Amino acid sequence: MTREDFIAVDQFSFYYREKQALHGIDMAIPERQVTALIGPSGCGKSTLLRNMNRMNDLVEGVRHEGDIRLNGHSLYDPKVEVISLRKRVGMVFQKYNPFAKTVYENVVFSLRVAGRNRKRELDEVVERSLRSAALWDEVKDRLHDSAFGLSGGQQQRLCIARAIANQPEILLMDEPCAALDPTATLKIEALIRELKAQFTIVIVTHNMEQATRCSDRTAFLYMGRLIEYGDTKQVFENPRQDETEAYISGRFS
Amino acid sequence: MADSPTAFATTGRSRTGEPFVWLTAAGLTVGVILTLGLLALVMVKGLESFWPARLLVLEVERDGQASRIAGYEVQERTRRDLDGVSHEEVQVFRGNRELYGEKFVFLDRADIRGTSRPGDLLLVERLEGGNVIGRAVALEFGDGGRVGADAPEFRERLEALIDENQDRRDELEDIEKEQIGRNAKQVKELRLRERTAGPSEAIRVELAELQAEFERLDRERGGIRERLEADHFLLEAADGGELRIAGGELLHVFRPNEAGFFGRLGEMLRRGWSFLSTDPREANTEGGVYPAIFGTVVMTLVMSLFVTPFGVVAAIYLREYAKQGPLVRAVRISVNNLAGVPSIVFGVFGLAFFIYFVGGVVDDAFFPNSEEPVYKSGGILWASLTLALLTVPVVIVATEEALAAVPRGVREAALACGASKWQAIQRVVLPASLPGILTGVILAMARGAGEVAPLMLVGVVKSAPDLPIDGTSPFVHPERQFMHLGFHIYDLGFQSPDSEAAKPMVFATTLLLIAIVVVMNLAAIVIRNRLRKKYATSSF
Repeated sequence: MTREDFIAVDQFSFYYREKQALHGIDMAIPERQVTALIGPSGCGKSTLLRNMNRMNDLVEGVRHEGDIRLNGHSLYDPKVEVISLRKRVGMVFQKYNPFAKTVYENVVFSLRVAGRNRKRELDEVVERSLRSAALWDEVKDRLHDSAFGLSGGQQQRLCIARAIANQPEILLMDEPCAALDPTATLKIEALIRELKAQFTIVIVTHNMEQATRCSDRTAFLYMGRLIEYGDTKQVFENPRQDETEAYISGRFS
Repeated sequence: MADSPTAFATTGRSRTGEPFVWLTAAGLTVGVILTLGLLALVMVKGLESFWPARLLVLEVERDGQASRIAGYEVQERTRRDLDGVSHEEVQVFRGNRELYGEKFVFLDRADIRGTSRPGDLLLVERLEGGNVIGRAVALEFGDGGRVGADAPEFRERLEALIDENQDRRDELEDIEKEQIGRNAKQVKELRLRERTAGPSEAIRVELAELQAEFERLDRERGGIRERLEADHFLLEAADGGELRIAGGELLHVFRPNEAGFFGRLGEMLRRGWSFLSTDPREANTEGGVYPAIFGTVVMTLVMSLFVTPFGVVAAIYLREYAKQGPLVRAVRISVNNLAGVPSIVFGVFGLAFFIYFVGGVVDDAFFPNSEEPVYKSGGILWASLTLALLTVPVVIVATEEALAAVPRGVREAALACGASKWQAIQRVVLPASLPGILTGVILAMARGAGEVAPLMLVGVVKSAPDLPIDGTSPFVHPERQFMHLGFHIYDLGFQSPDSEAAKPMVFATTLLLIAIVVVMNLAAIVIRNRLRKKYATSSF
């Protein structure tokens, strides 16, 4: 039974120093589906995403109001250890960013930092993760070469493999195809559709077609507010709000 | 056709800035020429000092007196005498100090009546008194034997004499440095025990044994010395003066006028090798610079051993952990300014803090019975620490730059994988910034290896009897004074009693110091490039 409010965003507001970036966002993200966050630049969609694994803690002078709950547990509970949270929430970034290590070591990084070093386990994880990221066949002979020898698309898929190696529950993707060419983009999109069987995926994208192609739900944010949130088909074909319609028809960006 | 759409507007050269391209190019050219000129001068002069010159016999008539001088030309000069008449003079090295007092002589070109180049002239290197130039006469042996220079076995016997005396000198050194040294150390320990625990029969017996051993060694030493003095090599100088060189003094005999190009090349290589591998003689003006090379390399390596971890750790805190604010900015500015403090100030600080304070504490704690200061005097450890202090800003600045250059995305990726901040730094950020850190270490090494002024206060000497690492236990002697090529150059050039004789050595030593710095830098660069390949950064 999948849970409808697997990630529950509850009256969540967020401030960078004096500037308010998010205004009381309320949304429930369902388990094992793909939820796309769309909206013009600076609308707060990346901020929202980066709060789901508390990546924004790194920025100085931030504060929040409201709460985000993951499977019913508050992320911002003072007792929560950020490291254990991030182990349950994987993240893929806009710019592919493999470490200056071998392909193998990139994938097992999250296990190594957790102190899991048994070779058999690591070998299994590498093969499983790379297969899930549809990369195994391309790199199985160069696992011990530098990750920088791979093409851009392969590097991004390697980053996905790295993010899912520790079997997180949620996968956050911040414009994962922004730095890739169309062919590589299509591969990643196909991968996203496959991965939703195992993970709850939240993806930020600038690309409308991408949102329609691979997401089940779409949320449109504008000026830090959640304007519209619903099934992707409905949002794109029958937007209830004028701003949504204006945005998806390209009248402003 | 001026208004034709194909015509472009043109501007004057000065407005497009092209003259500035030339200006920048000129700046670079001047810099390159100056650097290359310096290197070429040092190179030519340094290598020239090893090239064996042909020996000449000059017929000189001065003030009505004729004389013959054998030697080789060193340089030419024009001298103006009191009457305003200028004389072309040539400086000749003629050696044979016991005959002439001075090894160099200036001759007026006008006085030289004739020049010849006899093939049988010898250039003899010996332990003391400088080189000898003359014609071989005979070998005289201690047992009364004599071999004339025209005897067929003469050359063979001469070589044998040189070789066997070399063996004797090695034996003598072993006895003096190793065996007698060990004996003296044991005696000292026993005396100390006697003083602290009171006299006892066992100690007395042991002391007597050591005394007996010392006397045996001393006799052995005396015997070897006698044999070193026993045989003699007789030569005749160009003006007929007689020269007697004891067998033990002989180092090497060369016939420059007989040797062909490859013979001279071989001699040059031999001289070069002996320059690199032997100890200095004659107040550093002759012999080699081996202890100085050793001291320079060891000190630089020990310095980098100290400066690297210290600088890297400081930079990590400054860049990664410290809250960026006015305080951190002030610290950063101070660190940068530290690089501009005159190096002699670091020398004074090293003397006061490391030697007098830290060294004093160490001596009081660990060597209360020692008569001489052990760590409370200049030594290679204190010199390395002082230079580490001097070069730490370089490493800190380079490491900070390298850390800052690691893309933010990579750090975030590590944190998103569940790494703690330290894990992210240790496993991702540091490896990625290693090439940049190594660049800092390379710069620090180059700076440290070439520094002289502070070293003079914290442990460099013109002549150190022992190397800081040798075969006597405990093998590493961080408290020992040492020799350094940079200081050696200063000592040769400005402190030498015989500055003419030292001049070629100055260039040779300078060339060597530059070469060593280059080699150490190249090694570090090779290591860095390997790391860079291993951790090749992404395309953008």
